[in-house]
Amino acid sequence: MIGLGFLYTIAGVLFAAWSLLTLRDASHPRRWGSAAFWGLISVSFLAGDWLGDLGNGVLVLVLVGLAGTGQVARGNPPTSSAPEREASAISRGNRLFLPALLVPVTALVGTLGFGYLNFDGAPLVDPKQVTLVSLGLGVVIAIVVVMRWLRPPALAPLHEGRRLVEAIGWAILLPQMLASLGAVFALAGVGSIIGGIAGNAIPQGSPFLAVLAFTLGMAGFTMIMGNAFAAFPVMMAAVGLPVLVIGLGGNPAIVAAIGMLAGFCGTLMTPMAANFNIVPAMLLELDDRNAVIKAQVATALPLLAINTLLIWGLAFR
Amino acid sequence: MWPLIGIAVVILGFALRLNPLLVVMAAALASGVGAGLDVLAVIAAFGKAFNSNRYVSAPWIILPVIGLLERAGLRERARDVVGGIAAATTGRLLLVYLMLRQATSAVGLTAIAGHAQTVRPLVAPMAEAAAVRADPELDEVGRQKVRAMAAATDNIGMFFGEDIFLAVASILLIKGFLEANGIIVAPLQLSVWAIPTAVFALLIHGFRLLRMDRRK
Repeated sequence: MIGLGFLYTIAGVLFAAWSLLTLRDASHPRRWGSAAFWGLISVSFLAGDWLGDLGNGVLVLVLVGLAGTGQVARGNPPTSSAPEREASAISRGNRLFLPALLVPVTALVGTLGFGYLNFDGAPLVDPKQVTLVSLGLGVVIAIVVVMRWLRPPALAPLHEGRRLVEAIGWAILLPQMLASLGAVFALAGVGSIIGGIAGNAIPQGSPFLAVLAFTLGMAGFTMIMGNAFAAFPVMMAAVGLPVLVIGLGGNPAIVAAIGMLAGFCGTLMTPMAANFNIVPAMLLELDDRNAVIKAQVATALPLLAINTLLIWGLAFR
Repeated sequence: MWPLIGIAVVILGFALRLNPLLVVMAAALASGVGAGLDVLAVIAAFGKAFNSNRYVSAPWIILPVIGLLERAGLRERARDVVGGIAAATTGRLLLVYLMLRQATSAVGLTAIAGHAQTVRPLVAPMAEAAAVRADPELDEVGRQKVRAMAAATDNIGMFFGEDIFLAVASILLIKGFLEANGIIVAPLQLSVWAIPTAVFALLIHGFRLLRMDRRK
């Protein structure tokens, strides 16, 4: 059965290649530290299951140490010049968009179709991972097609990938680190403490203020955790169910569905949601790490107010 | 209350603009030790979670594809296409992308677009080209604002589209939570209530996008 192992092998080999290319880049300002950073990520993908929990923890500590001391920097991977790109854009025209569509199309076809493929009675692809496996397959197909069509140097996919991964830098690990922090917070009981505080802070007697406490709690706790999924069970157990649904007779489907969306408004306003807010700032080469958040606040706040009014107006009819 | 010290570390660390990876690690150690665990146990718990969350970082394998196409002039082509259409202003372009992102997410196709796949190679250069055409004097700060808005539009389109789809993770999480508390709801009962917010997200963010065209 093809599952995450397939994807992790591709990722591990890619990061290993980026590490080696960094080592070979004599002009790199932080050659050793950066090569170690990408190399350790490769080790995590290829051998993480054999390192043990403490081994993985030590690996993370080293990665964090390298990033925290400024050892992860950008080098100068070979790429095409600006005039070459202009000329290629003109001569190849809109056909350039087609390979860009290969990955999403493969992901779509694979997600819908892999469920029908069986091998010896077992599913060919792990049903839980069809989207990620299809993504990996799409990447492989797209690279083969682009290499045969454009005929760049053989190492170009690795050099170009390294150019982009260096543009993102250490932030590439931030989403995975935050997901792990969520697990440690859960272990330490952070959620139930916050839930207890929120539950005690509910004003009595006013449905509107209770709804407001719930939506603000969802958005606020999402901002702390970086993820509405982590905030939802805590806020629902502390406020949503006992106060809004059982106490005030609110419709549970409306309270829960729109409550989750109030959490999404929080996601738009926090650096903890690194995948959506910090990584794109790096990817788009913005000087201000928080520029994407700043662009989102003026949409997120009115939408949070509207979600509050929607629950208040719809759930208690 | 001691486990909450990790939250204080996070807020302080981000406010002081320390390296976020350091902040996250310090917060985990602070909360874990605050909850009475010993340091090695916290490091092991973090390592275990890090290993089982590798799928979060795996999608980066798409970078070689995007890089190869950029090498061949994909961003330049995206910019030129916009240059040929006079009606394509920054606001209108991003509004069209917002609607596409919401509509495709609403039928479960969240993976077909994203910051690496579409925003960096296509949407951001298109929006930037339109902005520069409207105001040739636009400086780097202004250009970066346009790019940031392109990323923001991708997030908002996806967040307030995906919950209309029945089988998305958040709907399944809500259904599971309510079921565990003895309340049975069908996914459809939940996803219809994502529609009003989706409409307001389109109105509010769409209004902001179109206003970008007027402000000079």
